[in-house]
Amino acid sequence: MIHFDNVTKTYTNQGRPALENVNLDVEKGEFVFLVGPSGSGKSTFLRLVLKEERPTSGRIHVAGRDLARLTNWKVPQLRRRIGCVFQDFRLLPNKNVYQNIAFALEVIGKPRRFIRKVVPEVIDLVGLEGKRDRMPDELSGGEQQRVAMARAFVNRPMILLADEPTGNIDPATSIGIMKVLDRINRTGTTVVMATHDAAIVDSMRKRVIELEYGKVVRDQSRGVYGQAY
Amino acid sequence: MRAQFVFHEVWIGLRRNLTMTVALVVVVAISLSLLGTGLLFVKQVDNTRQFWQSRVQLSVYLCTKSELGGTCAKNGAVTLAEENSIKNELEATHDVASIQFVSQRAAVKQFREEFASDEPIVKYTASSQIPPSFEIRLKNTEADAGPVSSVMDGAPGVSGVIDDASILDQFYRLLDSARNAVVIIAIFLLVAAIMLVANTIRLSAFNRRRETSIMRLVGASNFYVQLPFLMEGLIAGLIGWLVATGLLIGAKSLLLSSLRSVFPVGVQLSTADLIEVIIVAMILGLLICGSTSFLTLRRYLRV
Repeated sequence: MIHFDNVTKTYTNQGRPALENVNLDVEKGEFVFLVGPSGSGKSTFLRLVLKEERPTSGRIHVAGRDLARLTNWKVPQLRRRIGCVFQDFRLLPNKNVYQNIAFALEVIGKPRRFIRKVVPEVIDLVGLEGKRDRMPDELSGGEQQRVAMARAFVNRPMILLADEPTGNIDPATSIGIMKVLDRINRTGTTVVMATHDAAIVDSMRKRVIELEYGKVVRDQSRGVYGQAY
Repeated sequence: MRAQFVFHEVWIGLRRNLTMTVALVVVVAISLSLLGTGLLFVKQVDNTRQFWQSRVQLSVYLCTKSELGGTCAKNGAVTLAEENSIKNELEATHDVASIQFVSQRAAVKQFREEFASDEPIVKYTASSQIPPSFEIRLKNTEADAGPVSSVMDGAPGVSGVIDDASILDQFYRLLDSARNAVVIIAIFLLVAAIMLVANTIRLSAFNRRRETSIMRLVGASNFYVQLPFLMEGLIAGLIGWLVATGLLIGAKSLLLSSLRSVFPVGVQLSTADLIEVIIVAMILGLLICGSTSFLTLRRYLRV
Protein backbone atom coordinates (compact mmCIF):
# COMPACT_ATOMS: atom_id res chain seq x y z
CA MET A 1 0.00 0.00 0.00
CA ILE A 2 2.91 2.31 0.88
CA HIS A 3 6.26 1.45 -0.60
CA PHE A 4 9.46 3.47 -0.03
CA ASP A 5 12.43 2.47 -2.14
CA ASN A 6 15.69 4.01 -0.97
CA VAL A 7 14.06 7.38 -0.34
CA THR A 8 16.13 10.39 0.70
CA LYS A 9 14.68 13.81 1.35
CA THR A 10 16.89 16.80 1.93
CA TYR A 11 15.24 20.16 2.45
CA THR A 12 16.97 23.08 0.81
CA ASN A 13 19.17 25.08 3.19
CA GLN A 14 19.57 22.10 5.47
CA GLY A 15 22.66 19.93 5.59
CA ARG A 16 21.40 16.72 7.13
CA PRO A 17 18.70 14.87 5.20
CA ALA A 18 15.30 14.69 6.90
CA LEU A 19 15.02 11.14 5.60
CA GLU A 20 17.96 9.07 4.41
CA ASN A 21 17.85 5.87 2.35
CA VAL A 22 14.52 4.75 3.77
CA ASN A 23 13.23 1.40 2.55
CA LEU A 24 9.92 0.13 3.84
CA ASP A 25 6.66 -1.48 2.91
CA VAL A 26 3.30 -1.07 4.54
CA GLU A 27 0.77 -3.67 3.44
CA LYS A 28 -2.93 -3.20 2.93
CA GLY A 29 -4.85 -3.31 6.20
CA GLU A 30 -1.80 -2.91 8.42
CA PHE A 31 -1.65 -0.74 11.53
CA VAL A 32 1.75 0.90 11.86
CA PHE A 33 3.20 3.14 14.57
CA LEU A 34 5.87 5.57 13.45
CA VAL A 35 7.95 6.51 16.47
CA GLY A 36 11.05 8.55 17.09
CA PRO A 37 12.10 11.84 18.65
CA SER A 38 11.10 15.21 17.20
CA GLY A 39 12.99 15.91 14.00
CA SER A 40 13.53 12.23 13.28
CA GLY A 41 11.59 12.48 10.01
CA LYS A 42 8.12 11.24 10.94
CA SER A 43 6.32 14.28 9.55
CA THR A 44 8.48 14.28 6.43
CA PHE A 45 7.45 10.68 5.88
CA LEU A 46 3.76 11.59 6.07
CA ARG A 47 4.23 14.60 3.80
CA LEU A 48 5.97 12.46 1.22
CA VAL A 49 3.08 9.97 1.23
CA LEU A 50 0.66 12.84 0.55
CA LYS A 51 2.94 14.23 -2.14
CA GLU A 52 3.14 17.52 -0.32
CA GLU A 53 6.88 17.10 -0.77
CA ARG A 54 8.89 15.22 -3.36
CA PRO A 55 11.80 13.01 -2.43
CA THR A 56 15.30 14.18 -3.33
CA SER A 57 15.99 10.66 -4.53
CA GLY A 58 14.35 7.26 -4.45
CA ARG A 59 10.88 6.05 -5.41
CA ILE A 60 7.60 6.12 -3.55
CA HIS A 61 4.52 4.10 -4.42
CA VAL A 62 1.24 4.84 -2.67
CA ALA A 63 -1.96 2.89 -3.36
CA GLY A 64 -0.38 1.40 -6.46
CA ARG A 65 0.75 4.73 -7.92
CA ASP A 66 4.28 5.85 -8.58
CA LEU A 67 4.30 9.33 -7.04
CA ALA A 68 7.13 10.53 -9.29
CA ARG A 69 4.95 9.88 -12.31
CA LEU A 70 1.81 11.37 -10.80
CA THR A 71 1.09 14.70 -12.48
CA ASN A 72 0.15 17.66 -10.30
CA TRP A 73 -3.44 17.69 -11.39
CA LYS A 74 -3.82 14.06 -10.39
CA VAL A 75 -2.53 14.64 -6.86
CA PRO A 76 -6.09 15.39 -5.59
CA GLN A 77 -7.17 11.91 -6.71
CA LEU A 78 -4.36 10.42 -4.64
CA ARG A 79 -5.38 12.46 -1.63
CA ARG A 80 -8.96 11.26 -1.87
CA ARG A 81 -7.65 7.81 -1.06
CA ILE A 82 -5.77 9.05 2.00
CA GLY A 83 -7.36 10.41 5.15
CA CYS A 84 -5.43 12.69 7.50
CA VAL A 85 -5.71 13.42 11.19
CA PHE A 86 -3.54 15.94 13.02
CA GLN A 87 -2.58 16.85 16.53
CA ASP A 88 -4.39 20.20 16.24
CA PHE A 89 -7.63 18.72 14.76
CA ARG A 90 -7.91 21.39 12.02
CA LEU A 91 -11.68 21.73 12.18
CA LEU A 92 -13.47 24.72 10.67
CA PRO A 93 -14.60 26.81 13.65
CA ASN A 94 -17.66 28.25 11.91
CA LYS A 95 -19.14 24.89 10.91
CA ASN A 96 -20.81 22.37 13.19
CA VAL A 97 -19.89 18.68 13.46
CA TYR A 98 -22.09 17.60 10.59
CA GLN A 99 -20.97 20.47 8.33
CA ASN A 100 -17.30 19.89 9.08
CA ILE A 101 -17.59 16.28 7.98
CA ALA A 102 -19.85 17.06 5.02
CA PHE A 103 -17.39 19.73 3.84
CA ALA A 104 -14.85 17.01 2.96
CA LEU A 105 -17.39 15.44 0.62
CA GLU A 106 -18.84 18.66 -0.77
CA VAL A 107 -15.46 19.87 -1.99
CA ILE A 108 -14.85 16.71 -3.95
CA GLY A 109 -18.24 17.10 -5.60
CA LYS A 110 -20.18 14.27 -3.97
CA PRO A 111 -23.96 14.46 -4.46
CA ARG A 112 -26.06 15.79 -1.62
CA ARG A 113 -28.03 12.56 -1.25
CA PHE A 114 -24.84 10.59 -0.73
CA ILE A 115 -23.60 13.08 1.87
CA ARG A 116 -26.87 12.91 3.81
CA LYS A 117 -26.54 9.16 3.95
CA VAL A 118 -22.89 8.64 4.87
CA VAL A 119 -22.19 11.52 7.26
CA PRO A 120 -24.57 10.24 10.02
CA GLU A 121 -23.07 6.76 9.61
CA VAL A 122 -19.56 8.00 10.21
CA ILE A 123 -20.71 10.18 13.13
CA ASP A 124 -22.00 6.99 14.74
CA LEU A 125 -18.78 5.16 13.92
CA VAL A 126 -16.63 7.66 15.84
CA GLY A 127 -19.10 7.74 18.73
CA LEU A 128 -20.55 11.24 18.41
CA GLU A 129 -24.22 10.30 18.24
CA GLY A 130 -26.42 13.22 19.21
CA LYS A 131 -23.68 15.83 18.80
CA ARG A 132 -23.99 16.52 15.10
CA ASP A 133 -25.13 20.12 15.63
CA ARG A 134 -22.40 21.10 18.10
CA MET A 135 -19.80 23.67 17.10
CA PRO A 136 -16.13 22.72 17.56
CA ASP A 137 -15.69 25.09 20.52
CA GLU A 138 -18.51 23.29 22.30
CA LEU A 139 -16.65 19.99 22.16
CA SER A 140 -13.84 18.54 24.27
CA GLY A 141 -10.45 17.87 22.68
CA GLY A 142 -11.23 14.19 22.40
CA GLU A 143 -14.55 14.89 20.73
CA GLN A 144 -12.94 17.33 18.30
CA GLN A 145 -10.42 14.68 17.34
CA ARG A 146 -13.29 12.27 16.74
CA VAL A 147 -14.82 14.79 14.35
CA ALA A 148 -11.47 15.07 12.59
CA MET A 149 -11.28 11.30 12.29
CA ALA A 150 -14.81 11.14 10.95
CA ARG A 151 -13.87 13.74 8.35
CA ALA A 152 -10.76 11.81 7.40
CA PHE A 153 -12.67 8.54 7.11
CA VAL A 154 -15.97 9.65 5.59
CA ASN A 155 -14.76 9.11 2.04
CA ARG A 156 -13.55 5.59 2.93
CA PRO A 157 -9.86 6.15 2.20
CA MET A 158 -7.49 3.24 1.68
CA ILE A 159 -4.95 4.80 4.02
CA LEU A 160 -5.38 6.87 7.16
CA LEU A 161 -2.40 8.97 8.25
CA ALA A 162 -2.47 10.21 11.82
CA ASP A 163 0.16 12.70 12.95
CA GLU A 164 0.25 12.53 16.76
CA PRO A 165 -3.53 12.34 17.05
CA THR A 166 -3.35 11.99 20.85
CA GLY A 167 -0.76 14.72 21.29
CA ASN A 168 -3.25 17.25 22.73
CA ILE A 169 -5.43 14.77 24.58
CA ASP A 170 -5.24 13.31 28.06
CA PRO A 171 -4.40 9.61 28.38
CA ALA A 172 -7.89 8.48 29.37
CA THR A 173 -9.47 10.12 26.35
CA SER A 174 -6.65 8.86 24.12
CA ILE A 175 -7.83 5.29 24.69
CA GLY A 176 -11.16 6.19 23.11
CA ILE A 177 -9.36 7.76 20.15
CA MET A 178 -7.27 4.63 19.69
CA LYS A 179 -10.41 2.49 19.78
CA VAL A 180 -11.82 4.53 16.92
CA LEU A 181 -8.58 4.18 14.96
CA ASP A 182 -8.66 0.44 15.60
CA ARG A 183 -12.26 0.29 14.41
CA ILE A 184 -11.28 2.14 11.24
CA ASN A 185 -8.35 -0.23 10.76
CA ARG A 186 -10.69 -3.21 11.04
CA THR A 187 -12.66 -1.99 8.03
CA GLY A 188 -9.54 -2.76 5.98
CA THR A 189 -8.06 0.73 6.02
CA THR A 190 -4.31 0.92 6.41
CA VAL A 191 -3.42 3.15 9.38
CA VAL A 192 -0.08 4.88 9.85
CA MET A 193 0.20 6.77 13.12
CA ALA A 194 3.13 8.93 14.12
CA THR A 195 3.29 9.26 17.89
CA HIS A 196 5.31 9.97 21.00
CA ASP A 197 2.87 8.18 23.26
CA ALA A 198 4.74 5.15 24.64
CA ALA A 199 1.80 3.87 26.65
CA ILE A 200 -0.41 3.63 23.60
CA VAL A 201 2.21 1.94 21.46
CA ASP A 202 2.97 -0.57 24.17
CA SER A 203 -0.67 -1.40 24.77
CA MET A 204 -1.64 -1.84 21.12
CA ARG A 205 1.12 -4.26 20.18
CA LYS A 206 1.16 -3.36 16.53
CA ARG A 207 3.98 -2.97 14.04
CA VAL A 208 6.45 -0.26 15.13
CA ILE A 209 8.82 1.60 12.82
CA GLU A 210 11.35 3.76 14.64
CA LEU A 211 13.10 6.64 12.94
CA GLU A 212 16.20 8.40 14.20
CA TYR A 213 18.01 11.17 12.35
CA GLY A 214 16.04 10.28 9.23
CA LYS A 215 16.93 6.58 9.24
CA VAL A 216 14.88 3.54 10.05
CA VAL A 217 16.55 2.08 13.12
CA ARG A 218 13.89 -0.47 14.01
CA ASP A 219 11.02 -2.18 12.22
CA GLN A 220 9.26 -4.65 14.41
CA SER A 221 5.91 -6.39 14.18
CA ARG A 222 4.00 -6.40 17.47
CA GLY A 223 6.56 -3.97 18.92
CA VAL A 224 6.71 -1.60 21.85
CA TYR A 225 7.73 2.06 22.07
CA GLY A 226 11.06 1.71 23.87
CA GLN A 227 14.06 -0.04 22.43
CA ALA A 228 13.53 -3.81 22.68
CA TYR A 229 16.81 -5.55 23.42
CA MET B 1 -20.02 20.15 -9.75
CA ARG B 2 -21.96 21.52 -6.81
CA ALA B 3 -22.93 24.97 -8.01
CA GLN B 4 -24.72 25.81 -4.77
CA PHE B 5 -21.62 25.03 -2.74
CA VAL B 6 -19.38 27.15 -4.97
CA PHE B 7 -21.74 30.12 -4.86
CA HIS B 8 -22.04 29.84 -1.11
CA GLU B 9 -18.25 30.00 -0.82
CA VAL B 10 -18.13 32.96 -3.23
CA TRP B 11 -20.75 34.79 -1.20
CA ILE B 12 -18.81 34.21 2.04
CA GLY B 13 -15.63 35.44 0.40
CA LEU B 14 -17.20 38.60 -0.98
CA ARG B 15 -18.87 39.38 2.32
CA ARG B 16 -15.77 38.87 4.45
CA ASN B 17 -13.86 41.12 2.12
CA LEU B 18 -16.59 43.70 1.78
CA THR B 19 -14.46 46.85 1.87
CA MET B 20 -11.97 45.46 -0.63
CA THR B 21 -14.78 44.24 -2.86
CA VAL B 22 -16.48 47.62 -2.85
CA ALA B 23 -13.20 49.38 -3.62
CA LEU B 24 -12.60 46.94 -6.44
CA VAL B 25 -16.06 47.43 -7.90
CA VAL B 26 -15.72 51.22 -7.78
CA VAL B 27 -12.29 51.27 -9.43
CA VAL B 28 -13.33 48.79 -12.10
CA ALA B 29 -16.50 50.78 -12.77
CA ILE B 30 -14.71 54.09 -13.11
CA SER B 31 -11.83 52.80 -15.17
CA LEU B 32 -14.12 50.94 -17.53
CA SER B 33 -16.46 53.88 -17.97
CA LEU B 34 -13.55 56.25 -18.63
CA LEU B 35 -12.09 53.85 -21.12
CA GLY B 36 -15.53 53.50 -22.69
CA THR B 37 -15.85 57.26 -22.91
CA GLY B 38 -12.48 57.35 -24.65
CA LEU B 39 -13.71 54.76 -27.12
CA LEU B 40 -16.88 56.76 -27.68
CA PHE B 41 -14.70 59.77 -28.45
CA VAL B 42 -12.76 57.75 -30.99
CA LYS B 43 -15.98 56.63 -32.62
CA GLN B 44 -17.30 60.17 -32.58
CA VAL B 45 -14.21 61.52 -34.28
CA ASP B 46 -14.31 58.77 -36.88
CA ASN B 47 -17.97 59.37 -37.57
CA THR B 48 -17.67 63.12 -37.98
CA ARG B 49 -14.48 62.80 -39.96
CA GLN B 50 -16.20 60.52 -42.41
CA PHE B 51 -19.23 62.72 -42.53
CA TRP B 52 -17.28 65.86 -43.24
CA GLN B 53 -14.55 64.44 -45.44
CA SER B 54 -16.97 64.23 -48.34
CA ARG B 55 -18.37 67.67 -47.65
CA VAL B 56 -15.25 69.68 -47.00
CA GLN B 57 -14.96 72.59 -49.36
CA LEU B 58 -13.64 76.05 -49.78
CA SER B 59 -16.06 78.87 -49.74
CA VAL B 60 -15.20 82.04 -51.62
CA TYR B 61 -17.59 84.66 -50.30
CA LEU B 62 -18.43 87.54 -52.57
CA CYS B 63 -19.11 91.12 -51.64
CA THR B 64 -22.50 92.46 -50.64
CA LYS B 65 -23.46 96.09 -50.19
CA SER B 66 -22.96 96.02 -46.44
CA GLU B 67 -19.85 93.79 -46.40
CA LEU B 68 -16.58 95.51 -45.40
CA GLY B 69 -14.03 92.69 -45.75
CA GLY B 70 -11.55 92.22 -48.62
CA THR B 71 -12.05 94.58 -51.50
CA CYS B 72 -15.72 95.12 -50.68
CA ALA B 73 -15.43 98.42 -48.82
CA LYS B 74 -13.84 100.03 -51.86
CA ASN B 75 -15.86 98.43 -54.66
CA GLY B 76 -19.27 97.74 -53.13
CA ALA B 77 -21.33 94.74 -54.08
CA VAL B 78 -19.93 92.25 -56.55
CA THR B 79 -20.80 92.80 -60.21
CA LEU B 80 -21.66 90.24 -62.81
CA ALA B 81 -18.36 90.87 -64.63
CA GLU B 82 -16.42 90.31 -61.43
CA GLU B 83 -18.32 87.10 -60.82
CA ASN B 84 -17.40 85.80 -64.24
CA SER B 85 -13.73 86.67 -63.93
CA ILE B 86 -13.57 84.99 -60.48
CA LYS B 87 -15.16 81.92 -61.98
CA ASN B 88 -12.66 81.85 -64.84
CA GLU B 89 -9.75 82.26 -62.52
CA LEU B 90 -10.96 79.44 -60.27
CA GLU B 91 -11.40 77.14 -63.25
CA ALA B 92 -7.82 77.82 -64.24
CA THR B 93 -6.51 77.01 -60.76
CA HIS B 94 -4.80 73.69 -60.24
CA ASP B 95 -6.50 71.16 -57.91
CA VAL B 96 -10.05 72.47 -58.26
CA ALA B 97 -12.48 69.63 -58.90
CA SER B 98 -15.77 71.45 -59.11
CA ILE B 99 -17.17 74.91 -58.70
CA GLN B 100 -20.69 75.68 -57.68
CA PHE B 101 -22.13 79.15 -57.61
CA VAL B 102 -24.54 79.86 -54.75
CA SER B 103 -26.56 82.92 -55.58
CA GLN B 104 -27.66 85.32 -52.90
CA ARG B 105 -31.21 84.05 -53.13
CA ALA B 106 -30.12 80.43 -52.70
CA ALA B 107 -27.86 81.41 -49.80
CA VAL B 108 -30.71 83.22 -48.06
CA LYS B 109 -32.93 80.20 -48.48
CA GLN B 110 -30.29 77.89 -47.03
CA PHE B 111 -29.66 80.30 -44.15
CA ARG B 112 -33.33 80.39 -43.26
CA GLU B 113 -33.53 76.61 -43.30
CA GLU B 114 -30.51 76.12 -41.08
CA PHE B 115 -31.59 78.68 -38.51
CA ALA B 116 -35.30 77.90 -38.71
CA SER B 117 -35.33 77.14 -34.98
CA ASP B 118 -33.72 80.46 -34.13
CA GLU B 119 -36.34 82.96 -35.15
CA PRO B 120 -34.74 86.26 -33.98
CA ILE B 121 -31.62 85.64 -36.05
CA VAL B 122 -33.68 85.02 -39.15
CA LYS B 123 -35.87 87.99 -38.42
CA TYR B 124 -33.09 90.53 -37.91
CA THR B 125 -30.82 89.37 -40.69
CA ALA B 126 -31.55 91.20 -43.92
CA SER B 127 -31.43 89.16 -47.08
CA SER B 128 -28.94 91.63 -48.50
CA GLN B 129 -26.48 90.77 -45.73
CA ILE B 130 -26.16 87.15 -46.85
CA PRO B 131 -23.35 86.92 -49.38
CA PRO B 132 -23.41 84.86 -52.55
CA SER B 133 -20.48 82.48 -52.84
CA PHE B 134 -18.54 80.00 -54.92
CA GLU B 135 -18.41 76.60 -53.25
CA ILE B 136 -15.26 74.84 -54.40
CA ARG B 137 -14.47 71.19 -53.98
CA LEU B 138 -10.81 70.24 -54.24
CA LYS B 139 -9.62 67.20 -56.16
CA ASN B 140 -7.81 65.94 -53.13
CA THR B 141 -9.89 66.58 -50.00
CA GLU B 142 -6.87 66.53 -47.74
CA ALA B 143 -4.85 68.89 -49.91
CA ASP B 144 -3.78 72.34 -48.85
CA ALA B 145 -6.19 75.08 -49.73
CA GLY B 146 -3.26 77.52 -50.14
CA PRO B 147 -3.20 77.95 -53.96
CA VAL B 148 -6.87 78.84 -54.15
CA SER B 149 -6.69 81.21 -51.20
CA SER B 150 -3.70 83.03 -52.61
CA VAL B 151 -5.41 83.57 -55.95
CA MET B 152 -8.67 84.68 -54.43
CA ASP B 153 -7.56 86.81 -51.49
CA GLY B 154 -7.83 90.41 -52.51
CA ALA B 155 -9.37 89.72 -55.91
CA PRO B 156 -12.02 92.29 -56.83
CA GLY B 157 -15.46 91.29 -55.59
CA VAL B 158 -14.16 88.73 -53.07
CA SER B 159 -14.80 89.40 -49.39
CA GLY B 160 -12.97 86.37 -48.07
CA VAL B 161 -12.03 82.71 -48.41
CA ILE B 162 -12.97 80.23 -45.77
CA ASP B 163 -11.53 76.75 -45.64
CA ASP B 164 -13.93 74.34 -43.89
CA ALA B 165 -11.05 72.04 -43.08
CA SER B 166 -9.41 74.62 -40.83
CA ILE B 167 -12.57 74.79 -38.74
CA LEU B 168 -12.81 71.04 -38.57
CA ASP B 169 -9.15 70.72 -37.59
CA GLN B 170 -9.75 72.72 -34.45
CA PHE B 171 -12.69 70.54 -33.63
CA TYR B 172 -10.67 67.38 -34.15
CA ARG B 173 -7.83 68.66 -32.03
CA LEU B 174 -10.26 69.33 -29.23
CA LEU B 175 -11.79 65.87 -29.46
CA ASP B 176 -8.39 64.20 -29.78
CA SER B 177 -6.92 65.81 -26.70
CA ALA B 178 -10.05 65.14 -24.67
CA ARG B 179 -9.90 61.52 -25.76
CA ASN B 180 -6.20 61.20 -24.93
CA ALA B 181 -6.71 62.62 -21.46
CA VAL B 182 -9.57 60.27 -20.75
CA VAL B 183 -7.72 57.20 -22.04
CA ILE B 184 -4.58 57.99 -20.04
CA ILE B 185 -6.58 58.32 -16.82
CA ALA B 186 -8.40 55.12 -17.67
CA ILE B 187 -5.12 53.25 -18.14
CA PHE B 188 -3.82 54.41 -14.75
CA LEU B 189 -7.07 53.30 -13.15
CA LEU B 190 -6.93 49.94 -14.89
CA VAL B 191 -3.46 49.37 -13.45
CA ALA B 192 -4.88 50.25 -10.04
CA ALA B 193 -7.74 47.84 -10.68
CA ILE B 194 -5.31 45.03 -11.50
CA MET B 195 -3.43 45.60 -8.26
CA LEU B 196 -6.68 45.75 -6.31
CA VAL B 197 -7.85 42.47 -7.80
CA ALA B 198 -4.56 40.85 -6.83
CA ASN B 199 -4.82 42.24 -3.32
CA THR B 200 -8.43 41.23 -2.87
CA ILE B 201 -7.71 37.68 -3.93
CA ARG B 202 -4.68 37.54 -1.68
CA LEU B 203 -6.69 38.73 1.32
CA SER B 204 -9.44 36.32 0.46
CA ALA B 205 -6.98 33.44 0.21
CA PHE B 206 -5.54 34.42 3.56
CA ASN B 207 -8.99 34.67 5.18
CA ARG B 208 -9.85 31.22 4.00
CA ARG B 209 -6.52 29.48 4.43
CA ARG B 210 -8.10 26.93 6.84
CA GLU B 211 -10.76 25.98 4.35
CA THR B 212 -8.39 25.74 1.45
CA SER B 213 -5.83 23.73 3.38
CA ILE B 214 -8.53 21.21 4.29
CA MET B 215 -9.83 21.18 0.75
CA ARG B 216 -6.39 20.32 -0.53
CA LEU B 217 -5.96 17.68 2.14
CA VAL B 218 -9.15 15.81 1.33
CA GLY B 219 -8.37 15.91 -2.37
CA ALA B 220 -10.51 18.70 -3.77
CA SER B 221 -9.43 19.38 -7.35
CA ASN B 222 -7.64 22.60 -8.15
CA PHE B 223 -10.77 23.66 -9.94
CA TYR B 224 -12.82 23.35 -6.76
CA VAL B 225 -10.23 25.07 -4.61
CA GLN B 226 -9.68 27.96 -6.99
CA LEU B 227 -13.10 28.47 -8.52
CA PRO B 228 -14.60 30.42 -5.59
CA PHE B 229 -11.69 32.88 -5.71
CA LEU B 230 -11.82 33.18 -9.47
CA MET B 231 -15.57 33.78 -9.28
CA GLU B 232 -15.02 36.40 -6.61
CA GLY B 233 -12.78 38.38 -8.97
CA LEU B 234 -15.11 37.86 -11.90
CA ILE B 235 -18.25 38.84 -9.99
CA ALA B 236 -16.60 42.02 -8.71
CA GLY B 237 -15.55 42.74 -12.30
CA LEU B 238 -19.06 42.05 -13.53
CA ILE B 239 -20.69 44.37 -11.01
CA GLY B 240 -18.10 47.03 -11.87
CA TRP B 241 -18.96 46.59 -15.51
CA LEU B 242 -22.69 46.94 -14.83
CA VAL B 243 -22.06 50.23 -13.02
CA ALA B 244 -19.80 51.32 -15.88
CA THR B 245 -22.56 50.51 -18.36
CA GLY B 246 -24.90 52.85 -16.52
CA LEU B 247 -22.26 55.57 -16.45
CA LEU B 248 -21.54 55.10 -20.15
CA ILE B 249 -25.19 55.42 -21.12
CA GLY B 250 -25.25 58.66 -19.14
CA ALA B 251 -21.95 59.78 -20.68
CA LYS B 252 -23.23 59.15 -24.18
CA SER B 253 -26.25 61.40 -23.85
CA LEU B 254 -24.20 64.04 -22.03
CA LEU B 255 -21.38 63.89 -24.56
CA LEU B 256 -23.80 64.09 -27.45
CA SER B 257 -25.81 67.00 -26.18
CA SER B 258 -22.72 69.02 -25.29
CA LEU B 259 -21.14 68.31 -28.65
CA ARG B 260 -24.36 69.15 -30.46
CA SER B 261 -24.42 72.56 -28.86
CA VAL B 262 -20.90 73.26 -30.13
CA PHE B 263 -21.16 71.61 -33.47
CA PRO B 264 -24.71 71.30 -34.66
CA VAL B 265 -24.50 69.12 -37.74
CA GLY B 266 -23.09 65.66 -38.35
CA VAL B 267 -22.55 64.68 -34.74
CA GLN B 268 -23.98 61.23 -34.32
CA LEU B 269 -23.42 58.32 -32.03
CA SER B 270 -25.71 55.41 -32.68
CA THR B 271 -26.91 52.97 -30.04
CA ALA B 272 -24.96 50.33 -31.91
CA ASP B 273 -21.74 52.26 -31.22
CA LEU B 274 -22.64 52.45 -27.56
CA ILE B 275 -23.42 48.72 -27.36
CA GLU B 276 -20.14 47.93 -29.07
CA VAL B 277 -18.23 50.03 -26.54
CA ILE B 278 -20.11 48.43 -23.63
CA ILE B 279 -19.29 44.95 -24.93
CA VAL B 280 -15.63 45.88 -25.31
CA ALA B 281 -15.69 47.19 -21.72
CA MET B 282 -17.23 43.94 -20.50
CA ILE B 283 -14.67 41.76 -22.24
CA LEU B 284 -11.84 43.93 -20.95
CA GLY B 285 -13.23 44.03 -17.40
CA LEU B 286 -13.77 40.28 -17.16
CA LEU B 287 -10.43 39.59 -18.82
CA ILE B 288 -8.54 41.82 -16.42
CA CYS B 289 -10.31 40.58 -13.29
CA GLY B 290 -10.31 36.95 -14.37
CA SER B 291 -6.72 36.72 -15.50
CA THR B 292 -5.39 38.66 -12.51
CA SER B 293 -7.36 36.44 -10.11
CA PHE B 294 -6.07 33.37 -11.87
CA LEU B 295 -2.44 34.48 -11.81
CA THR B 296 -2.68 35.53 -8.15
CA LEU B 297 -4.24 32.20 -7.26
CA ARG B 298 -1.43 30.31 -8.87
CA ARG B 299 0.91 32.09 -6.50
CA TYR B 300 -1.07 31.71 -3.29
CA LEU B 301 -2.94 28.46 -3.69
CA ARG B 302 -0.41 25.95 -4.89
CA VAL B 303 -1.26 22.30 -4.48
